[in-house]
Amino acid sequence: MSRVSTATVDEVAVVAAPDPFWNRERRLGVGITVIGLLATFVFGALAESKTARFTLSADASGAALSINGQVGTILFGLFTVAVGVIMLTGKARSWQTLLLCLGILAFVLSFLCWQVAGKFMPLVDTLDGSLEYALPLILGALAGVLGERSGVVNVAIEGQFLMGAFGAALVGTLATSVWAGLVSAMVGGLIIAAMLAVLAIRYLVDQVVVGIVLNLFALGITGFLYERLMQPNALKYNQPPKMPEWKIPGLAEIPVIGPVLFHTNLLVWLALILVPVIHFALKNTRWGLRTRAVGEHPTAADTVGVRVRGLRYVNVLLGGLVAGAGGAYFTLVSTGAFNKNMTAGAGFIALAALIFGRWTPFGALGAALFFGFAQKLAYYLSVAGSPVPNQFLNMLPYIATIVAVAGLVGRVRAPAADGVPYVKS
Amino acid sequence: MSTDVAETPAKPAPPQKEDSFLSLFLKNLWSANTVTVTFLSIFLALVIGAVLIVISDSEVLSKFSYFTARPSDALNSSWDLISQAYSDLFKGAIFDPAAFQAWFDGTGTWQAAFGPISETLTYATPLVFTGLSVAIAFRGGLFNIGGQGQAVIGCVLGGVAGFAFSLPAGIHLIVALLFGLIGGALWGFLPGLLKARTGAHEVITTIMLNYVATLFLGWLILQKGVQDPNRSDAISKAIKSTAELPALPSPLRVHLGIVLAVLVTAGVAWLINRSSFGFELRAVGVNPPAAKTAGMSVAKTYTLLMVVAGGLAGLGGAVQVLGTADKLTAQVAGNIGFDGLLVALLGRNKPWGTLLAAILYGALRAGGNLMQVDVGISLELVTVLQALIVIFIAAPALVKAIFHLRAARSARLGTSLAKGW
Repeated sequence: MSRVSTATVDEVAVVAAPDPFWNRERRLGVGITVIGLLATFVFGALAESKTARFTLSADASGAALSINGQVGTILFGLFTVAVGVIMLTGKARSWQTLLLCLGILAFVLSFLCWQVAGKFMPLVDTLDGSLEYALPLILGALAGVLGERSGVVNVAIEGQFLMGAFGAALVGTLATSVWAGLVSAMVGGLIIAAMLAVLAIRYLVDQVVVGIVLNLFALGITGFLYERLMQPNALKYNQPPKMPEWKIPGLAEIPVIGPVLFHTNLLVWLALILVPVIHFALKNTRWGLRTRAVGEHPTAADTVGVRVRGLRYVNVLLGGLVAGAGGAYFTLVSTGAFNKNMTAGAGFIALAALIFGRWTPFGALGAALFFGFAQKLAYYLSVAGSPVPNQFLNMLPYIATIVAVAGLVGRVRAPAADGVPYVKS
Repeated sequence: MSTDVAETPAKPAPPQKEDSFLSLFLKNLWSANTVTVTFLSIFLALVIGAVLIVISDSEVLSKFSYFTARPSDALNSSWDLISQAYSDLFKGAIFDPAAFQAWFDGTGTWQAAFGPISETLTYATPLVFTGLSVAIAFRGGLFNIGGQGQAVIGCVLGGVAGFAFSLPAGIHLIVALLFGLIGGALWGFLPGLLKARTGAHEVITTIMLNYVATLFLGWLILQKGVQDPNRSDAISKAIKSTAELPALPSPLRVHLGIVLAVLVTAGVAWLINRSSFGFELRAVGVNPPAAKTAGMSVAKTYTLLMVVAGGLAGLGGAVQVLGTADKLTAQVAGNIGFDGLLVALLGRNKPWGTLLAAILYGALRAGGNLMQVDVGISLELVTVLQALIVIFIAAPALVKAIFHLRAARSARLGTSLAKGW
């Protein structure tokens, strides 16, 4: 049985580059320089010489950071080039990640200056929207972290979202309680997770196959019940209350960040708290050590007395609860009613965030926020009438993930036993 | 399946006398062999589907409230509903005796009598291609989840070639089909190359490319020159008649694509079982290091395999556009890529098995349409049935446990063991 992972494919491994000159940093440097030149000359030439206003509120009013669009575009473009050149010299290896982030940030800012020239972009609204788009992605990716760090591939995040969204709408309406809705959303995620766990761990079915089929199953069953119950009688079955927004006095007054982080709903806080909690638990608790052991080397874990299958069951089910809560976002926070296939591939973006974030909670958070920002930006640009088609911005998460797994921007490595059922010998 | 590992442990058979043919047959009938498990999986899925039909019908459900007083009411009405739903499923997919009767009486047309079969084959046609795409990749140890994206690109290139070029009939059709094939092949080449060169897992890259393809299609059909100038919504110009796959007279929809599908199935069967590339891909699928030791280039095989798989799915997309859809819309490829995955699993990654599985799925879909119109049971039930069938097929141990099946003599019924990322 050959093990194939993203990290190394023994039989097709690229020979470790013997040429030390074109190391990873220089290759990245080339990339950053190229996009910097693109920003400087192409974006710069296209940008209008009008003021770009980034307002610090949710609309056009109030204080704003203003800059001439063309100047800003070229300035940030040149900054990107500079970062790229520094990386090319190969003298700043220890600052590699920081430089990479800086380069990409400057590129994004250059792009924004081009697009916003002559218009305004409300920062609070942008951040708020990014976080809102990112919310289900964070929870979905965390569900993936829980399962995959213990060695169970979870492609069924989409299905867990759908069941969660459906459960939240149905029970939330019947009980006229948003909290009952949230709980049943988690139960909905749990149902799919339980099916995944039993089929993958007990019956050793290929986990990717199970995931894909469970997605389809969830799509079918929620669509079926939607058409049979909710469509004919929406008032009775499909009008869940929306999740209230709470304001923390004091903190909510902080400019920009305040209204985004401290005047929001419980689900956002839940997601943002779960990230450090899971990070800490994975690193420092007995459960975390065992999870990582089972995900990397189940035989060794079994030898020292860890119940491999039991732990995997627990983790997959926990993941189901978290992903189900992510599903609640769609009905209790976003739209306020269930609709057929309403998650529309968000589960797969969450999967992308998980992989892009290298199977770590904070990585997943960062990736989810990045993807959320891309989505919000796509929305903003389509409303603002930008010539850049929003479909291409929406492709960003997927392309970024392909680039990441192909090792163009550092290698991502899955837990060694991810997706390999454990059979006690 | 090439990656069969987790096989049901076959007990060492005790020495026994030669059985008669009949008793051997009966013994095997209730053992966990491929055919029995397949039929029982379909049966189990239909049973669960029946439960869903009943519990989602408020009228029937209300009769269960006085079940203890008069159980016959609830049972009869449930039975009526289920039997009507499933007989519709049959009538819509295979044949409706009433339509045949009408044809013989002279009151109906032969088109009406053969309508259900035509619908079944129409839905099955693209699934054959996408199913074969997944199946051949599986045999080489690759999991091509990108059938959807490859089919979408096949739709795009086939469709654009279908309305943008002006060529004589026949040649135009071949060119459009080739465009679809090439489009899909390119979309398969990318993950194949990445897999071979960098080890990027094809499951991840193909999932991501599916969405890239769908978004690209969504953008393209709104562009000038592609979008129908008389429409404001996202729909393309119609395929020229010279590029359409010839179909039976309307209202029958079945077209030449099904013939092509059978030919391609034969071609793939030959490719896998008889050609030297097929030998290589099977060798790589079973054991890549051994294949490498034997002098085969694993990287080359992976890349070429994904090109072939992508080309098949792309051809399926082109057939869908040129045979059934006639225009590009955002939903033109429907779910044919993902359904192809299920079809391949149901067909156990064998070409002819995939063809049969595609026809079964087409039949479920066609029958589901009638069921929706007639008894108002959502078409989504069919999706549930399709998913359930594959769940049971993929977990033969589950079916075996439910029905207390005997272990099969040739224990070939393993599940494919996961490979992870």
